[in-house]
Amino acid sequence: MISLAGRDILNTWGKFIFTGIGLGLLIGVTLTMAGVYRGMVDDGKALLDNSGADLWVVQQDTLGPYAESSSINDDLYRSILSMPGVAEAANVTYLTMQVRQGRRDVRAMVVGVVAGSSGKPGWPPYLVAGRQITRSHYEAVADIATGFELGDRIQVRRNQYTVVGLTRRMVSSSGDPMVFIPLKDAQEVQFLKDNDAVLQQRRRTAENPMLNRPGVPGLLDAVIATQSSNPYVNAVLVRIRPGFSAEGIARPIRRWQRLTAYTRSQMEEILIGKLIATSSRQIGMFLVILAIVSAAIVAFIIYTLTMDKIREIAVLKLIGTRNRTIAAMIMQQAVVLGVIGFVVGKVTATFAAPYFPKYVLLMPLDSVTGFFAVLMICVLASLVAIRMALKVDPAEAIGG
Amino acid sequence: MNKGIVIEGMRKRYGTGDTAVDALKKVDMQVEPGEVVGLIGPSGSGKSTLLKSLGAVIDPSAGRMMLGGEVIYDEGWKAPDLRALRRDKIGFVFQAPYLIPFLDVTDNVALLPMLAGLPNGEARQRALDLLTALDVQHRARAMPSQLSGGEQQRVAIARGLVNRPPVILADEPTAPLDSERAMSVIRILNDMAKKYETAIIVVTHDEKIIPTFKRIYHIRDGVTHEEVGERRGFD
Ligand SMILES: Nc1ncnc2c1ncn2[C@@H]1O[C@H](COP(=O)(O)OP(=O)(O)O)[C@@H](O)[C@H]1O
Ligand SMILES: [Mg+2]
Repeated sequence: MISLAGRDILNTWGKFIFTGIGLGLLIGVTLTMAGVYRGMVDDGKALLDNSGADLWVVQQDTLGPYAESSSINDDLYRSILSMPGVAEAANVTYLTMQVRQGRRDVRAMVVGVVAGSSGKPGWPPYLVAGRQITRSHYEAVADIATGFELGDRIQVRRNQYTVVGLTRRMVSSSGDPMVFIPLKDAQEVQFLKDNDAVLQQRRRTAENPMLNRPGVPGLLDAVIATQSSNPYVNAVLVRIRPGFSAEGIARPIRRWQRLTAYTRSQMEEILIGKLIATSSRQIGMFLVILAIVSAAIVAFIIYTLTMDKIREIAVLKLIGTRNRTIAAMIMQQAVVLGVIGFVVGKVTATFAAPYFPKYVLLMPLDSVTGFFAVLMICVLASLVAIRMALKVDPAEAIGG
Repeated sequence: MNKGIVIEGMRKRYGTGDTAVDALKKVDMQVEPGEVVGLIGPSGSGKSTLLKSLGAVIDPSAGRMMLGGEVIYDEGWKAPDLRALRRDKIGFVFQAPYLIPFLDVTDNVALLPMLAGLPNGEARQRALDLLTALDVQHRARAMPSQLSGGEQQRVAIARGLVNRPPVILADEPTAPLDSERAMSVIRILNDMAKKYETAIIVVTHDEKIIPTFKRIYHIRDGVTHEEVGERRGFD
C-alpha cells in the first residue's frame, strides 16, 4: 500500500510548506513565551545563586528584599555574625533605577555591597573582566548586559562611578542587569533628597530652638549629620558554616532579633511563587490562546484541504477504500503539518531567543512537551475534517 | 447460472409517505459474462438509481440482485461487506474520469489491487499490463492533470478493470469524447469483456455508440424493457 497522505502532500507541497511555516511562526512564538517564563524563573534562581547567601535576614513580617521593601539597621549584622554557625553576614541594599552613561540610561538594579570585603555574600562571585570594588566610594562593577565597559563613567543619582569590573548573568528577578557600588554610596542613593529639600530641612532644623542651642556648640551640626545619613540597609545576607542547618539558624534570628529570615528554598518560593506568579499566569494565558489559535489554523487548513478532495474521497470510498484508510490519510496530513510547524517553530525560537532583551531559556523538555502538544492539537484538529470525510456518500461519485 | 449481472423485480422508493418517490418500479435485467449491454432512458427515468443499486451504494427497497454469481440483495437481505464487494466485484467507469489527482497514472490504477492487499510491485505490474493493453503505457508516470481527456478516460477504464471484476458499470463513458475516441473506448470495453469474461453495463445517451450494442435495455419511469429485434452489435 502506498501512503495516500504522503502522495497528496507531495502533490500540494507548496501549500503544506507555506501553511507549515505560518503555523511554525506561531509555534515559535509559543516556545519563546515558554522560554520567557523559564528565563524569569532562571533569573530568580540566578539572583539567589549569585548572592552567595544561605539566609536572607529582612525587616520583620516582610517578604523582602526582592518581593517587598525591607529596611533594617545597618549594625544588626554584627549580632548575627556573632551567632554560632554563622560564617559571614553582610549588609546589602537593592534599588532598581535608571543608571546614566553619557547620553543614555539603562535600567539596572543597583546593589550596595560592603567595599573591600570581596567574597562576602552579596558580592559578584566572579568577574568576566576587570577587578572587584576596592575603594569605598565611586567604583562600580556592572553586568555586561548593561552595555557598560571597563573605564566607563556612569552616573547613579548625583555621583559618578568608574566601572572597574564586569560580570555576566547577574540580574534582578525581573531580568534587569546589576550594578554593584560601595554600600555607603548605595545607602546615600536610597536616601538622597534633592538639594532644595536638603536646604529646606537644614533651615527648619536651624530654626528649631530645641536643636539650635547657642549654649551647646556642635549640636546643630550633629543633628543635621544624622538627618542626612541613612543607617538602613535592605537585608543582611548570611552564609553559614558547613554542618549547620539554615533553618536552625533562622529560628533564633526570628525569635530574638525581631527580624524575618528566609532560607534559600523559602526565598525561591517567594520569588517564583509570589513575585513572578502573575507574570507566569499571564504567560500561561498566552500559551492557551496560542494553542487555540494553532488548533484553529490546523483545523481550518485540513478542513479546506479535505473539502477540496470530497470528490476523490467519494471515489476512494466507491472503489472500496476503508474509512480507516481515509481517516488515516487526513490525520497524517495534519500531523505532517504539525511536524513542519514544530521544526520551523523550534528553529525560529532558537535563533530569535538571543535577540530578546530579557533572558529566554529554551528548555529541551519544554520542546518535547511542545512537540507532543502540537501533535495532539493536530490530531484533534483533524477530527473535524475526518468527521466530514466519513460522512461523504460513495453514491456521490456516481452522481445524479 | 449467470455469473454476470442478474436483477429480478428490483424496486427503489426514496423517502416515505406523501413525498415518497418510486424511482425504480420494476427492473429486470440479465447480463452474461463477456457481454456489453446498453442502458438507455430519458432524464429522470431511474438510470442513476439503478447504477447506484448495482454499485452497492444504495439499497434497493425490494427485489433480488446477483453479481458474479453471488447474491447481493434478496428481498431486504443484503450482503454483509458491501465495501469489499465493491472493491472485488465491481469496476466503475464514470462520465468524468475522476482520477485521484495526487497519484500518478500507474498508482491510480494500482491503488485498487493495493487496497485488496496485493504487494505494491505486483499491483503496479498488473496496472502497467492494463495500461499497455489500453495503449497509454507511455503516460504511466504522468499525473492525471497532464493527460488529455481521452487518455484520462482510458486510465479510468484501466482502473475499472484492474481487479478483474466480474461486473463493470460505465456511466456515460463516452460523453466527453469525440466519435473516434468514443469508438475506441467501446472497442476497449468489448475487448476487455471478452478477454476477462466481464459483464458490462453502459449507461448512455450517445447516439454514436448505441448501434454498437448487441442488446439494449430501455428504462422509462422506473421500468425496464429489453429492446426486441435483431441488433448488429459491435464490429
Ligand atoms: N436521493 C433521492 N431522493 C429522492 N428522490 C430521488 C433521489 N434520487 C433520485 N430521485 C428521483 O428518482 C427519480 C429517478 O432519478 P435518477 O435515478 O437520477 O434518474 P436519471 O439518472 O435517469 O436521470 C427522479 O424522479 C428523481 O427525482
Ligand atoms: Mg442521472
